Amino acid sequence: MEDKLDHLTYETIEICLLAGKIMLQSGAETSRVEDTMTRMASSLGIPRSHSYVTPTGIIFSTDGAEPAKLIRITERTTDLSKVAEVNNVSRALTSGAITMPEARLRLREIEQDKHTYPIWFQIVAAAIASGCFLIMFRGGWYDFIPAVLCGGLGLASVIYFHRIVAVKFFAEFSASFLLGLLAFIFVKIGIGYEVDKIIIGSVMPLVPGLLITNAVRDLMSGHLVSGISKGAEAFLTAFAIGTGIALVFILF
Amino acid sequence: MIAQLVTSFIASAAFGVIFNAPRRSLPQCGLVGMVSWAVYILLNGSYSTVLATFAATFVVGATSIVFARLYKTPVIIFSVSGMIPLVPGGMAYDAMRHFVENDYNVAMQLAAQAFFISGAIAIGLVLAEVLNQMLRKVGSRI
Repeated sequence: MEDKLDHLTYETIEICLLAGKIMLQSGAETSRVEDTMTRMASSLGIPRSHSYVTPTGIIFSTDGAEPAKLIRITERTTDLSKVAEVNNVSRALTSGAITMPEARLRLREIEQDKHTYPIWFQIVAAAIASGCFLIMFRGGWYDFIPAVLCGGLGLASVIYFHRIVAVKFFAEFSASFLLGLLAFIFVKIGIGYEVDKIIIGSVMPLVPGLLITNAVRDLMSGHLVSGISKGAEAFLTAFAIGTGIALVFILF
Repeated sequence: MIAQLVTSFIASAAFGVIFNAPRRSLPQCGLVGMVSWAVYILLNGSYSTVLATFAATFVVGATSIVFARLYKTPVIIFSVSGMIPLVPGGMAYDAMRHFVENDYNVAMQLAAQAFFISGAIAIGLVLAEVLNQMLRKVGSRI
């Protein structure tokens, strides 16, 4: 009997950690991850659990005799649909609509899920967004096409470089360098007119907007470690983009 | 003005795609972005940029919370795509460019302004959330 109980607690911890891991990898706020894990645990019969969530790892422990468990997070992307899906699973579990094995199965499926949109579609979206940003920042319609091309190239090269080099900083740096170079060439050969406006518009898909807001929100809700490390990551990204573009101006 | 509204709608929805937001919430993402950009350009003429950004993000936060309740999805999906147009990316770039050109006076000015705008974005979002929580607590007590 005792053995069976232990097994159940173990499973619960596993499920909570899996949910937390998926959410954190997909770019959820720290407090949402902690909240979801505690809620799931209490609905599965562990009323008092503790979690310590940072962007690079989760520590989760129950109040009983079980040892605390740690999960390491190395890869972080933004995938809001996964956040929403884990949220749905947690809701269904706490309301009793699904059982524990069902929840585990669904979480496993979510973890294995590919992106909702194919990569080419994301690149097209980034390209269109860049053109729209150009118009929003009071650029002329004559610069629309160059901004679309630069923005598409920007996201495409971030994705490509990130595959060949594991260092995120380098991928962002080289992508923004290429983007700036292309904008510069466009203006030189007379297709574009305002190099500043084109770059500002097309760099927007790379700017770490989500990270910055998440960082400040974490800080304000008291998750100091998470807030500062997310802020550092956002600063590093912004710095990479800035130096990449700046290099173009230094060279020419 | 119409071009501004249309482009802000498309840009915010496209950002939803980049962030892998669920397919059915893309129109709402665009709508949040459009509303916030409208507030921003209406206020930016007569008030300072920081104040306009603050008001616009507050609107983003409030509409995101309403949408999140309506469609039972996390707030973050709507708020992120809605506030993207307000992020001072252009200003940060301008500051960086002046740093590179050794024009530190202008660069520092721009960097400080970009910093304050990011602060305004965060405060606007948090304020909307705090007000929502307060309303909920007061509502549940009655």
